[in-house]
Amino acid sequence: MRVVRVLFALGMWSALCACAPIEPWVKPYEREHLADPIMSFNRDPISSVYLEHVFGTREGAHGATGAAGGGCGCN
Amino acid sequence: MQLSPATPRRPLALRIGTLAAFAALSSLPGAAGVLPEDEADAMYHRYEGGGVTVQGPSVLIRKKIGDNFSASYNYYVDMISSASIDVLLSASPYKETRTQHSVSLDYQHGKTTYSVGYIHSREPDYTADTSIFSLSQDMFGDLTTVTLSYSRGWDRVYRDIKIDGAIMNDPAFGQRVDHRSYGVGVTQVLTRNLILGLNFQALTDQGYLANPYRKVVFLDPTVSNGYGLEDQVYPGTHTSTAGSADLKYYLRYRAALDGSYRYYTDTWGVVAHTVQLGYTQPWRHWIFDGTFRYYKQNAANFYGDLFPRRDAQNFMARDRELAAFSSYTVGVGASYEFHIPRAPWIQKNTLNLHYDRLMIDYSDFHAIYNNTVIGPGAQDALPLYRLDANIIQLFYSLYF
Repeated sequence: MRVVRVLFALGMWSALCACAPIEPWVKPYEREHLADPIMSFNRDPISSVYLEHVFGTREGAHGATGAAGGGCGCN
Repeated sequence: MQLSPATPRRPLALRIGTLAAFAALSSLPGAAGVLPEDEADAMYHRYEGGGVTVQGPSVLIRKKIGDNFSASYNYYVDMISSASIDVLLSASPYKETRTQHSVSLDYQHGKTTYSVGYIHSREPDYTADTSIFSLSQDMFGDLTTVTLSYSRGWDRVYRDIKIDGAIMNDPAFGQRVDHRSYGVGVTQVLTRNLILGLNFQALTDQGYLANPYRKVVFLDPTVSNGYGLEDQVYPGTHTSTAGSADLKYYLRYRAALDGSYRYYTDTWGVVAHTVQLGYTQPWRHWIFDGTFRYYKQNAANFYGDLFPRRDAQNFMARDRELAAFSSYTVGVGASYEFHIPRAPWIQKNTLNLHYDRLMIDYSDFHAIYNNTVIGPGAQDALPLYRLDANIIQLFYSLYF
């Protein structure tokens, strides 16, 4: 019974949170560092596409990297 | 017209379509509410290792159209010269060219960006066409960007043979492969110095998934060299899933640390782990990068380095990509930013040089060539194959 009460309370808390607006905890004027080009996940798309292609043609795994390329040269 | 005996010139790039299915995802904007910068890049790339040299140009152009659209085009060429261990076992060295064209269009509406793209890749014995759609949405005060993507690929697989001395597609061989890819990505600002990227992707392949050139090796004591070759037999379907997490941290003296991990699994029994660490250090007009990448996978269920007899299994493969191996890649890069006074319309130019050293150690792929002799009980004495490669990228980027 205790488990049901805990789950009910968690459900109610989640529902209330869903209704409240989420305040950004990092304000726009605090994002100077994040806007620096060195913080980009993909600073040079032409390079990341190429490297992903090189690895992808030689490995069994692929995907979920946010960058890739097609092509040959796999041997 | 006389058909020569099957003359498998080479193993080919069967993974074109699979990889192309991910390709345009890289052109997705980093944040849904901002279109990417206008830029043009021209690259020379070169891969050299294991008897293979792949080099060529790549050109990327991206331009905004009005306030809400951004279009991009990429022209990419692989000029391949191959005498790899696979080729030396069952085929002959070859040269060929693969050309790829990619186009994409982004449309931004408020905090949402819609992207469509198309990729066409062509080489003498393989064509791949892929279409992509994605949607990105900024939310929670622009601290979170969610991206959904879908791609569909259609490949045609051919096999080259020698007819009257000329190499051409085998008229009796033409196969199809279809791909579907589903992706979800989240970019989350955690603190003013830390950002997290999460990606999940599922891919299904259906059709002729084997390589028509490569062979499996089986023990055959009735012949002088001790082994025989036969065609690979792959399942007709393949489903894979991959999930990754990438953390990037800004250091207070203006530098960036990056760490990522990817987990991959598929219905062929391959499980792979990828760990990558990176460090970026600007200095005056320069930006220096250093990366380290570790990759490890086990073998596919139907992979065999040396089968005990002919037709030993219903599915058989000896593609190195399905073997058990681990690899290390160490990379360094330098980027120099400069301005051209007489061209005020150019915001900045960068000249970039990247070098990576790739080292692969195979655990169950032995070095067997067409002149190898495998004596009775001597298969364990064969040396394991090892591959070292140099990867060079030299490119010029122009932002306008």
